[in-house]
Amino acid sequence: MELDALFLSRLQFALTIGFHFLFPPLTIGLAWLLVLTEWLGWRRGDEDYVRAGVFFGKILGLTFAMGVATGIVMEFQFGTNWAEYSVFVGDVFGSLLAVEAIFAFFLESTFLGLYLFGRDKVSKAVHWFSILMVAVGATLSAFWIIVANSWQQTPAGFVVQNGRAELADFWAAVFNPSTIPRFSHTMSATIIAGAFLMAGISAYLLLKDKETAVARKTLKIGLIVGLIASVAAMFPTGHHHAQQVARTQPEKLAAMEGLIHGQRAAPLTLIGIPSEEPPELNYAIGVPGLLSWMAFGDGDAHVDGIEDLRRQGHPTPPFAITFISFHLMVGLGSLFIALTALGVLLLATKRIDNSRLFLKLLICSIPLPLAACQLGWIVAEVGRQPWVVYRLLKTSDAFSQNVAAGEILFSIIMFGTIYLMLGVLYLFILVKKIKQGPQPLVTKEI
Amino acid sequence: MDLNTAWFLLIGVLLTGYAILDGFDLGVGVLHLFARDDRQRRIHLQAIGPVWDGNEVWLITGSGAMFAAFPLVYARVFSGFYLAFMLLLAALIFRAVSIEFRGQVDDARWRRFWDWAFGLGSLVPALLYGVAIGNVVRGLPVEADGTLNVSFLALLNPYSLLVGVFSLVMFVMHGAAYLAARTDGELQQRMARWTTGAWTAFVALYLAVTAATFFAAPYFFDGILGNPLLWILAVVLLGSIAYVPIAVNAKTFTRAFLASAGAIASLVGLFGLSLYPRMVPSSIDPANSLTIYNASSTPRTLTVMLVVALIGMPLVIAYTAYVYRVFMGTLKSTTEGY
Repeated sequence: MELDALFLSRLQFALTIGFHFLFPPLTIGLAWLLVLTEWLGWRRGDEDYVRAGVFFGKILGLTFAMGVATGIVMEFQFGTNWAEYSVFVGDVFGSLLAVEAIFAFFLESTFLGLYLFGRDKVSKAVHWFSILMVAVGATLSAFWIIVANSWQQTPAGFVVQNGRAELADFWAAVFNPSTIPRFSHTMSATIIAGAFLMAGISAYLLLKDKETAVARKTLKIGLIVGLIASVAAMFPTGHHHAQQVARTQPEKLAAMEGLIHGQRAAPLTLIGIPSEEPPELNYAIGVPGLLSWMAFGDGDAHVDGIEDLRRQGHPTPPFAITFISFHLMVGLGSLFIALTALGVLLLATKRIDNSRLFLKLLICSIPLPLAACQLGWIVAEVGRQPWVVYRLLKTSDAFSQNVAAGEILFSIIMFGTIYLMLGVLYLFILVKKIKQGPQPLVTKEI
Repeated sequence: MDLNTAWFLLIGVLLTGYAILDGFDLGVGVLHLFARDDRQRRIHLQAIGPVWDGNEVWLITGSGAMFAAFPLVYARVFSGFYLAFMLLLAALIFRAVSIEFRGQVDDARWRRFWDWAFGLGSLVPALLYGVAIGNVVRGLPVEADGTLNVSFLALLNPYSLLVGVFSLVMFVMHGAAYLAARTDGELQQRMARWTTGAWTAFVALYLAVTAATFFAAPYFFDGILGNPLLWILAVVLLGSIAYVPIAVNAKTFTRAFLASAGAIASLVGLFGLSLYPRMVPSSIDPANSLTIYNASSTPRTLTVMLVVALIGMPLVIAYTAYVYRVFMGTLKSTTEGY
């Protein structure tokens, strides 16, 4: 691959969205967990929950700031690096992004200020309402950004006219075939990310014998919510999403499931080693007929493979990266169910305090849901290639023709350096905050 | 009024909201570079801490609205100003994280680093916004197919730099008035002096920019002198500018801040009035200019988005006003936070 403007713009987008996407899942998940924690603190008058709220609220604030700082790049980057894309899709895609800004960004940002700084300035009810609005705003933001991205995956509600996609039916564009499956799946992933963060930090506090009364309560919240969300990520949402991909994006399904040759009673591959051109899958172990059954509800149904789709004239995505990312994600998803189920079992039998190995495992697992999110994102985006808008516009026709490769190289180095520094500092401050642990409640004078 | 004009107006409202709200954040950030001691710096950060993030959303929404309503302007200008936008983004990233990071480690060098990041992360955007407006007023090399490509250095022409310094001074005045309204004692007096000082520079630069525009972009005055809206905006502008020092002398700093906001709003209004119906005038051939008609989305999208905006923005304004009411009050430095 040479360093041309197309490749560099793709690299920059992958880098900036990948780094940005570490933070929103944490803030969305954590915001909902705080809605619950703060509710318990307010309604039960239990100071432990309030202190947990203050403690995790600071982590939310830090993470949110990272999301804001890296997110603003995204709102500009379609125009700077993907001008031809912006011209082609502006009428539809641009409006979806604008709806996100109007209905979600204002809500979450404004109420986050009230939540973080207003604890002593407003009533408990209003304060709880503020974290609720943060969670609702963050969720709406996720909804609209997934609407916009889903429109790239399964475009609907438009006509191609005057050299661009023009809006024909707003609601058809919003609720295109992949919106709901992808939104529900992503939401369950964000809750897992928040739950593992809360559970992992609580496990650390328990191991260090620090603020154990608070930690036990947040560990319980993290594990129970984590289990529910982990199951939901697999079934129904993950399953639902895969079925939708099977119906609407057969190229992506074939690549992620590693199906080279179409067949009836297609197997569900559990593991295998992919190689790229010609696409091959070696040492594969699978369950016969299961893919047909899962995708179409019929164990004998025909599923198209990569070769069939190519013969039909449809370009297919890079095979190995899609296949590997998908299988790693599913593996992690299974691990989340196992871990949280074990945790809930230990909670129920009151053995969790003494399960030091399990608590250590929970700490190590904090980043895993984020890894799963990144992998899922890679499956979604790489699996759509070579299209930027599925079967409508190729990525290679979408980048800004008037930006020089050298300029993009400069901005990649700039973002790379800044993000590396921010990532290190974020971790440093996060660890510092976690080590400080929940603080005693003080009434602030301002 | 047709749909395209309504959207031109709406984006003007979003950018005005941004200039007034995040404008004082940027001004506070620039003033941060000149703070006397750590106590003052903490007050600066407390003054904008709970609200700056919501304020920045006005820019993000303005940009999103541009993408939705005038995708051609969004695509051509953003890619044509590539390096300038990258610089702006880097500055805004640094500003955002420095507000969050500064108070996290109790170490003088750590704080000094983030103080600079916060100050420069505010100064660069405050300057670049003016530079961008200056370049739009001069006209950009828009080709017949609507594309444009301007090197970063070409953006830094004398006229645009003059407008850049003007916008920087305007935000400093605005930020100083905001801080004066929110503080007491010595810091308040200091900010009162800064407001007056920046105001003097603002008036001088306003005259200079207006005179320079006659030479740099004479077309900018064509056909609007007979427009009554021009004269209304001019009266508001002059009244607001004249009132700033009066309010400072009377120690009614909230009024000084509101007058400064009025000046900013009427300046954006005048800029929009002269630009209309163009969005990006072409310096190659006026026929190449991107206008609200040849750069817009379809009527259907403009209609849908107008409905969205008319439902959404009143809600935004209502809860933003509520949150401001909670936080507005005199600040005394505490050791908590930042």
